[in-house]
Amino acid sequence: MSDATNASPALLDVRDVSKAFGAVEVLRSVSLQVKRGEVVTVIGPSGSGKTTLLRCVNFLESYDSGSIRIDGKEVGYREAGTRQRRSERDLAAMRAETGMVFQSFNLFPHLTAAGNIMLGLTKVRGKSQTEARQIAEHWLGRVGLAHKADSLPAELSGGQQQRVGIARAVAMEPKILLLDEITSALDPELVGEVLAVVRSLAEDGMTMLMVTHEMAFARDASSRIVFMADGGVSAVGPPKEILAAETSNERLRTFLARFRASHF
Amino acid sequence: MGYALNFNLIWRHFDKLWGGLLLSLELAVISIAIGTVIGLVLAVWYVSAGRVVRAIIAAYVEFIRNVPLILLVYLVFYGVPTVVDLAYSAPTSFVLTLSVYSGAYLVEVFRSGLEAVPRGQLDAGKAIGLTPWQRLIHVRLPTMLRITLPALSNTFISLFKDTSIASVISVPELTFGAQWINFNTFRIVEVYLVTTAMYLVTGYILLFGLRLVERRFRAAR
Ligand SMILES: Nc1ncnc2c1ncn2[C@@H]1O[C@H](COP(=O)(O)OP(=O)(O)OP(=O)(O)O)[C@@H](O)[C@H]1O
Ligand SMILES: [Mg+2]
Repeated sequence: MSDATNASPALLDVRDVSKAFGAVEVLRSVSLQVKRGEVVTVIGPSGSGKTTLLRCVNFLESYDSGSIRIDGKEVGYREAGTRQRRSERDLAAMRAETGMVFQSFNLFPHLTAAGNIMLGLTKVRGKSQTEARQIAEHWLGRVGLAHKADSLPAELSGGQQQRVGIARAVAMEPKILLLDEITSALDPELVGEVLAVVRSLAEDGMTMLMVTHEMAFARDASSRIVFMADGGVSAVGPPKEILAAETSNERLRTFLARFRASHF
Repeated sequence: MGYALNFNLIWRHFDKLWGGLLLSLELAVISIAIGTVIGLVLAVWYVSAGRVVRAIIAAYVEFIRNVPLILLVYLVFYGVPTVVDLAYSAPTSFVLTLSVYSGAYLVEVFRSGLEAVPRGQLDAGKAIGLTPWQRLIHVRLPTMLRITLPALSNTFISLFKDTSIASVISVPELTFGAQWINFNTFRIVEVYLVTTAMYLVTGYILLFGLRLVERRFRAAR
């Protein structure tokens, strides 16, 4: 069966993915779909497997069973139903199709803001220095950092670093952007500037799968919200439904109640 | 207490010391260069290798670190040529020894540096689609270098001082020059005062230079 005939309408198609770290089952038969242009937010208590799920999508983590497809193409393993890991070269090429923004920014400390963005463009996308520089400047402008192109990460605030992190990811023109609690490491007054960038990307139609504890943002920006608990998907639905205080899902109700108690 | 300092004889033979210092520097530079290549290659290999290779590299490091350099120098210069059919000059023999010796110390410096590169940076390199080789060249090594530069400078200075051991196989470096002058003039205090000063000053100049490089790297793009 070829990819094309088997293609599902979802851009990202996660099916029955399970993963254990040793004896700890971190993901239990997780399924979830993200359509092109959708913004799907994952919420859930600490340790419920949100980060692990995101890291499986670009194969920073391997998974034990199930399938993850982007645009119909299996991510970490060769097709043909075997669980044969792709070659490192293949994996690198697959990962270039997904962008990831990290909680702790993870900028390359020896490269300037522009340099951070240009690395993937030149080495992976094969662009010339001049072209890569133009693209970097374009995206730095989009995240409001045109004037910081030549600054090193150490010279930038957390919010600025994270905006460079976003620019680095989107400049590669990924099919989907993965965002893992990208504002959690920021001082409260810097959260807004980063979320504004994410919002504008969403308006541009960027497909996103994000983990966040910013419930207000999740409610406003998401097409759907996925609630994870104990390594499984416990509820999926539109924000209004999931975040409603009177939900019938008991775990979700407890989570939201606890969340409100600690955040408001 | 009747000893009167007299440096005249030292200055008369100063070319022995100056030439010796230049040779010391040459021995150090060549050995450190080779040792750096050994250290880098083995460290990169170590962090990505399986158990067997790791054990072999660790054994090399342990062996070198637990045997006094002077013994290794004797072993390579007198021992090896008697067992295998090899002939080399004393300076070559010493460079060989110091290279292998510095390699072992530098493996340790580079390995700990490579392991200290935060996982997040490697993840970021993976996430933008860099291949393992590209991640090594563009992410891991640059960060490793910034982490290890201070330790690297100290190791380099210490290896420079270790060149004095070449005197035991009559390589005419600085310490050997000092010994020669001592035997021929008996101005033991003067000659070792001057020699010590030469090691100190050279060491400080090297350290100053290396610190400049460090600062540049910290601020570099
Ligand atoms: N590399 C690892 N080795 C072993 N266990 C791990 C590893 N990474 C995660 N875990 C465990 O897997 C479980 C899920 O972790 P994960 O980071 O995915 O949760 P999370 O939902 O992102 O939590 P948080 O909200 O705190 O970020 C936790 O119990 C965690 O301890
Ligand atoms: Mg997490």
